[in-house]
Amino acid sequence: MSQERSIEEIKGIAVQVRRDIVRMVHACQSGHPGGSLGCADFLVALYFKVMKHNPQFNMDGTGEDLFFLSNGHISPVFYSVLARSGYFNVSELATFRKINSRLQGHPTTHEGLPGVRIASGSLGQGISVAIGAAQAKKLNGDDRFVFVLTGDGELDEGQIWEAALYAPGKKVDNLIWTVDYNGQQIDGSTDKVMPLGDLRAKVEAFGWQALEMNGNNMDEVVETLEKAKGMCGQGKPVCILMHTGMGYGVDFMMGSHKWHGVAPNDEQLAQALEQLHSTLEDYEIAK
Amino acid sequence: MKKYTFTEKKDTRSGFGAGLLEAGRRNPNVVALCADLVGSLKMDAFIKEFPERFFQVGIAEANMMGIAAGLTIGGKVPFTGTFANFSTGRVYDQIRQSIAYSDKNVKICASHAGLTLGEDGATHQILEDLGMMKMLPGMTVINPCDFNQTKAATIAIAEHHGPVYLRFGRPVVPIFTADDQKFEIGKAWMVNEGADVSIFATGHLVWEAILAGEQLAEMGIDAEIINIHTIKPLDVEAVLKSVAKTRCVVSAEEHNRLGGLGDSIAQVLVQHDPVPQEYVAVNDSFGESGTPAQLMTKYGLDAAHIVQAVQKVMQRKNAVGKASLASL
Ligand SMILES: Cc1ncc(C[n+]2csc(CCOP(=O)(O)OP(=O)(O)O)c2C)c(N)n1
Ligand SMILES: [Mg+2]
Repeated sequence: MSQERSIEEIKGIAVQVRRDIVRMVHACQSGHPGGSLGCADFLVALYFKVMKHNPQFNMDGTGEDLFFLSNGHISPVFYSVLARSGYFNVSELATFRKINSRLQGHPTTHEGLPGVRIASGSLGQGISVAIGAAQAKKLNGDDRFVFVLTGDGELDEGQIWEAALYAPGKKVDNLIWTVDYNGQQIDGSTDKVMPLGDLRAKVEAFGWQALEMNGNNMDEVVETLEKAKGMCGQGKPVCILMHTGMGYGVDFMMGSHKWHGVAPNDEQLAQALEQLHSTLEDYEIAK
Repeated sequence: MKKYTFTEKKDTRSGFGAGLLEAGRRNPNVVALCADLVGSLKMDAFIKEFPERFFQVGIAEANMMGIAAGLTIGGKVPFTGTFANFSTGRVYDQIRQSIAYSDKNVKICASHAGLTLGEDGATHQILEDLGMMKMLPGMTVINPCDFNQTKAATIAIAEHHGPVYLRFGRPVVPIFTADDQKFEIGKAWMVNEGADVSIFATGHLVWEAILAGEQLAEMGIDAEIINIHTIKPLDVEAVLKSVAKTRCVVSAEEHNRLGGLGDSIAQVLVQHDPVPQEYVAVNDSFGESGTPAQLMTKYGLDAAHIVQAVQKVMQRKNAVGKASLASL
């Protein structure tokens, strides 16, 4: 797909994606708006500007950049971005979390939803999968990139650090790992639940090249992702600490772990949509 | 009783090593991963020939399962190698989500299964792995009986599309199957045709069943012995066909009696043709240190215990027969 869009244009898409997110979780009265809103700019940047990818979905993705969502609970943003970039019809967003839907609560390949390459939801597994896919690319002589997103609370999982040790150790240098560094997890702030300490120093000590960015500033997101691609191929993987606000874009959801996994009521939905003006058409919600 | 002999004993894990090398030669997409147990899994020959297709992940089994899942995206056929305990219980959720639910073409190859790894004791002796693996939708579960069959199974699973759990072991056991056999996943192998009792055995207990069959023949009991190398999908047709003739069953496995081959067979029987069944299996306990032979005896898995189980189940069959005669 063409990635020649202007930053202004994709900023607009991100607003629509945020509308989709709050409408999706509102319609089924469940799901995770907080992390989804915070990561909307990042996923839009990837799928509408940074990644080379083909919405005519093919599991192996040969010659394409791949994205893996390790923090599967932010499925609303993933589904919206996949639909908006042409993997499936946006009308299907209305089926999110409903019976017989391909848009399961957490992403899965099981129902054959185009764009999803691995199930996630049980946290901690995505970097490992991304490493495998990145190494398959190397074996196949495919010089494209593999992106993976994790949460920051998710970093409590031991498997993350197994993978963090492996990727630099085995020179998986076509891999770009982004952390949604929003400082929140379910039971409170990461500082309170399980302090991450100096995260940048930790990943650097493991051998990653580290970058930081404001994940809610589109110009900076695109610029940093492009920079990360440029740092690949030199023997080390890249880790981006992406500072985001949980719930970013909807004022009353911002900055609190309380909106990690709670759906807005009718009134809150209206209030949220007032702040997010439709830039593409809204998908229809069957009554 | 058909005569079985052997000239050599070997460990089934070496059969895996030989099969992996052959599978690697046949298909350039076959790759292997190991969690710091290359020697134990006999993966050296593969690594020597295909160093660029081998991934040493260190002592990090969860990461290994995820990387294997990722390698399938791009068309690789990954074989993971570690002990059975660390191939299943330690990484059940990784297998469940990233491999089984995601329908990834990963071959989970597990050595040192069961009691007979011996002296390392119960921390390493997993007796629950078949149950855990067979409960995962879409997972194929294979437990071959000797070196040759393990080699053939390893080659066969490389050609099969879908997740597989391949279980083998550490001790040397008799080689009594053909070295040029064609391994058919899901197809039970008739070891000996008989009329009085069906012995369904898996893994190296097939050899114990043969020894038991010889003793039973001397006692005038004609045992049918069937090698169930594929626990899932189970060859239901072979089970029912045999039972239609013999009217009683002994299942034999190096596994907890809960959740293993015996339970899979019992489920088929209750649904289609209820006949008495006795289990030769570990009686819901952990293992302990000892030599493989000592443990096989202590935990009731050797030929002598199969003979006892046959005698018991035949008594039950005959009692049922008499009762129904009396009711006429
Ligand atoms: C293995 C595992 N344990 C627990 C959970 C439940 N859980 C879902 S999201 C979450 C918090 C994740 O925090 P973070 O990664 O920071 O994501 P955020 O809340 O910022 O979106 C937890 C504990 C899970 N999904 N998987
Ligand atoms: Mg967080």
